[in-house]
Amino acid sequence: MRTLPVGDDALLVELSSGDEAQALHAELLRRRAAGELTVGEIVPAARTVLLDGLSEPSRLAARLAGWNIPHVPPRAEEAIEIPVRYDGPDLADVAALWGVPRHEVARIHAAAEFRVAFCGFAPGFGYLTGLPDRYDVPRRATPRTAVPAGSVALAGPYTGVYPRSSPGGWQLIGTTDAVLWDHARVRAALLAPGARVRFLPVGS
Amino acid sequence: MTDRALCVVRAGALTTVQDRGRPGHAHLGVPRSGALDAPAAALVNRLVGNVPEAAVLETTLNGCSLRPRSTVVVAVGGAPCPVTVDGRPAPWGAPVRVPAGALLDIGPARRGVRSYLGVAGGVAVEPVLGSRSTDLLSGLGPPPLADGAVLPLGRPVGPPAHVDAAPQPGPPAELVLRVTPGPRDDWFTADAVRTLLTRAYRVSPASNRIGLRTEGPALARAVPGELPSEGVVLGAVQVPPESGPVVFLADHPTTGGYPVVAVVRAADLAAAAQATPGTPVRFTAVGRR
Repeated sequence: MRTLPVGDDALLVELSSGDEAQALHAELLRRRAAGELTVGEIVPAARTVLLDGLSEPSRLAARLAGWNIPHVPPRAEEAIEIPVRYDGPDLADVAALWGVPRHEVARIHAAAEFRVAFCGFAPGFGYLTGLPDRYDVPRRATPRTAVPAGSVALAGPYTGVYPRSSPGGWQLIGTTDAVLWDHARVRAALLAPGARVRFLPVGS
Repeated sequence: MTDRALCVVRAGALTTVQDRGRPGHAHLGVPRSGALDAPAAALVNRLVGNVPEAAVLETTLNGCSLRPRSTVVVAVGGAPCPVTVDGRPAPWGAPVRVPAGALLDIGPARRGVRSYLGVAGGVAVEPVLGSRSTDLLSGLGPPPLADGAVLPLGRPVGPPAHVDAAPQPGPPAELVLRVTPGPRDDWFTADAVRTLLTRAYRVSPASNRIGLRTEGPALARAVPGELPSEGVVLGAVQVPPESGPVVFLADHPTTGGYPVVAVVRAADLAAAAQATPGTPVRFTAVGRR
């Protein structure tokens, strides 16, 4: 773990893996809920957690070094289930990259248990990890100017679901009717960092 | 609809509703948004007797024109500009009474970029995640003003301030941005960091609410490529390839993969919001507080 000061009131904690970043994120949420940590934003990302709005970042940096962080984050909450029609336009390309028949993509993808590692790109866009490393895929060479809302997509080690239509370079493997973002809901984002997720194949 | 409303006669180049933004949702990919020149927005609210959270209008370069349906008290601040009511000059930086149906015109900025209009009662569009701010990156909040739109107003809560003209800092002739290096200054050569902190940059016309873009000497990288996506803060100085340093303003993305070479002090961002294209920019290193 390495802590980098960011401006006057933030700290970027760099971990050696995405799993460690998720574990630290869970620990930070636990400590904030317990009243042991006062912070404006806790922003997890691929291998870092940003703590913004700290009154004494250097003191927290010193404290962090002494924390005993459970390796496996607690699994208190039920997995969020997202029904998917595996009918994306890039399904054949992904099957080729994985070296499996086309219909196997759905089975492999739906068998994995995912966790929302972090959000970014757009409100409610989660970067989900859970597929074994061998299923990493590159982004498309030419991004699409408009990816439809509800597209279930792959890039690098991540699965994502587009909350609304936007440009995008991810490989589209399916479609869901789940509403990823609705700011009128108590929880605007269906997928918040730390949430567990499963994809359920449904007929197209 | 209530008669407490503003009719938009001339929306201007880009006029948005802004308040103090929606911080606290960065982990969901939601930018903080909010008035770029926060002290100016706070001042016009104070002048019209509003609470600090009230929503104001933020104009860009050429102002806007509005017609209130009922008599309202307003104040214009931020970038200095002519203010007229039915063609008659009215003060800038002080409370102004605008009769029902009269035409309030906020003219082009004489200096600076963004003027702010505070209205007693505040602009009362529906909040999203606790804020009425228009976020131009993610599209949250109300759309930018359009000719013919109608903006509801809240009820005034306090009397306008008794001032003739409130002192406000003028837009900068040279923009001096105090920075603390890092978190990714080690992704640049030592020469590049020195270049950033000693050479002159200037404000690019491609600047917007997401970032103040600058043009100037290139910054050579010690480490090529992109970082895995990581959280970024307001004031972060990000350096994309083939471009000058970009200072992240209120509508900045919550995560990014280009290395952040330094972070600008929050107190200097209001001046950044008022720096017109071509303004010289100097980044100067300061120690952490």
